[in-house]
Amino acid sequence: MTTKISFRGVSKTFALKDTDFLALDRVDLDIADQEFVTVVGPSGCGKSTLMSMAAGLVEPGDGEILLDGAPVAGPGPDRGVIFQQYALFPWLTVRKNVEFGLDLAPIPAEERRERAQRAIDLVGLTDFADALPKTLSGGMKQRCAIARAYAVNPKVLLMDEPFGALDALTRVQLQDQLLDTWSQERRTVMFITHDVDEAVYLANRVVVMAARPGRVHRGIDVDLPYPRTEEMRLSPEFARIRNEVWHSVYHQAPAA
Amino acid sequence: MTALSVTQRPGDPPAPRRRRAKRPARGIVLNVVAVAAGLAAWTGLSASGIQGLTGPVDVAVRGAELIADGTLTADLLASLRRVFTGFALGTALAVPVGFLMGWYATARALIEPYVQFFRTIPPLAIIPLAILLMGIGETPKVFVIFLAAFLSSVVATFQGVMDVDKTLINAARVLGASDRVIFLKVVVPASTPFIIVGMRVGLGAAWGTLVAAELIAAQEGLGYRMQQAQLYYDLPTIFVGLISIGVLGLLMDRLLQLAERRLTGWQERR
Repeated sequence: MTTKISFRGVSKTFALKDTDFLALDRVDLDIADQEFVTVVGPSGCGKSTLMSMAAGLVEPGDGEILLDGAPVAGPGPDRGVIFQQYALFPWLTVRKNVEFGLDLAPIPAEERRERAQRAIDLVGLTDFADALPKTLSGGMKQRCAIARAYAVNPKVLLMDEPFGALDALTRVQLQDQLLDTWSQERRTVMFITHDVDEAVYLANRVVVMAARPGRVHRGIDVDLPYPRTEEMRLSPEFARIRNEVWHSVYHQAPAA
Repeated sequence: MTALSVTQRPGDPPAPRRRRAKRPARGIVLNVVAVAAGLAAWTGLSASGIQGLTGPVDVAVRGAELIADGTLTADLLASLRRVFTGFALGTALAVPVGFLMGWYATARALIEPYVQFFRTIPPLAIIPLAILLMGIGETPKVFVIFLAAFLSSVVATFQGVMDVDKTLINAARVLGASDRVIFLKVVVPASTPFIIVGMRVGLGAAWGTLVAAELIAAQEGLGYRMQQAQLYYDLPTIFVGLISIGVLGLLMDRLLQLAERRLTGWQERR
């Protein structure tokens, strides 16, 4: 498979009061087209920074990030971003939120409506298309944000702990819905999380990061077929991979 | 009850509906009771013979006279015209300046010292200067009101722009929005609640400056009328003036509140 997005020797240093903090140290990571990669790691490992750089919201200090071989320079609609805090525009209805990105592209009004509707149907918000965000639950808000990202037809979906603020039950439901949406319209996904179960359940490959300095620790392939099911969640194979990921997240050898 | 709230869907109306419907009615009854009690206390005080204090009946009679001969209407219109001109000019300038200050660090650094400095001077203290520079016509009166309204709303607007959630700006940016689009479609709507609060404060300030501004050789207006009444020991007229100012201020604030609910109903209230 071809490489969709690749990090080449990416480093980032943040200036603190009296010292410099090396947030990311020469990160190399390739994500293939249509691959679903989850990134887990202890807090402070720079996983969110890595994603923000792919989104073009933060500039790498060193190295470069390539999207289809071309360096990323600033944000753009070819990369859809989903934030943990939903980031819906509270004054716009679900439909208007989803249309926000479409309004910015030269798309005829009719097609815009159709695409927005399709994205809303895709995440199951059809009955709430004209509701304001304040009337939605957290899970519905995040589904709306996913629809908004999908509507502009991005090549890559970047998700920064999107289900982190949700309760456990809603989180599991949204994981299934996300996989459902993803299998209907395949995209390359880079999904940041601190939840090991979530990381294994969703991904083709789990990338484990280490902290101080932030770096890629190892990649673990998840050889479970899609669609993922509840039985799979309870299977010995899942448990084995989960243990492996858990072990590499929580029992890392200190940095050399 | 717990089971009910779990199955409740987000779009449904909140459960304790009946209590909500009853509350406003009860509130209004209490409001009326409070006003009636106040009037009774006032009547009692004036009857007990505090020197020169007139009762509500005298004030009402005087009010009717002033309405009948057209004085009150003319005064109201003159005062309202001043307040509205000053307030409209003040907020019309405050909103763009506030946006400029909130959006561009350079503009903020250039303008903020002036805003903060003039904010510490009560607008009334500007009156002597305004008279000397602008004479005794309408200009100094409107100017002082303008200044009061401007200074109150400019700070609110620029604070509102500064406080726009960075995640919303990032969300727009990753969808491909340019700076111009982000400003028009994210920053402006997101700071509307602050702007309206600023306008309410500005209106209060404008109204508060009015009477003092009308002490500058005015020929009509509520402040002028009360000043005249003071010279002739005409307490009922003073009360009519005070009550008119209070009622009008309340009405205007309610009007802005209505606009606020209309424009910012999308806000999540906790």
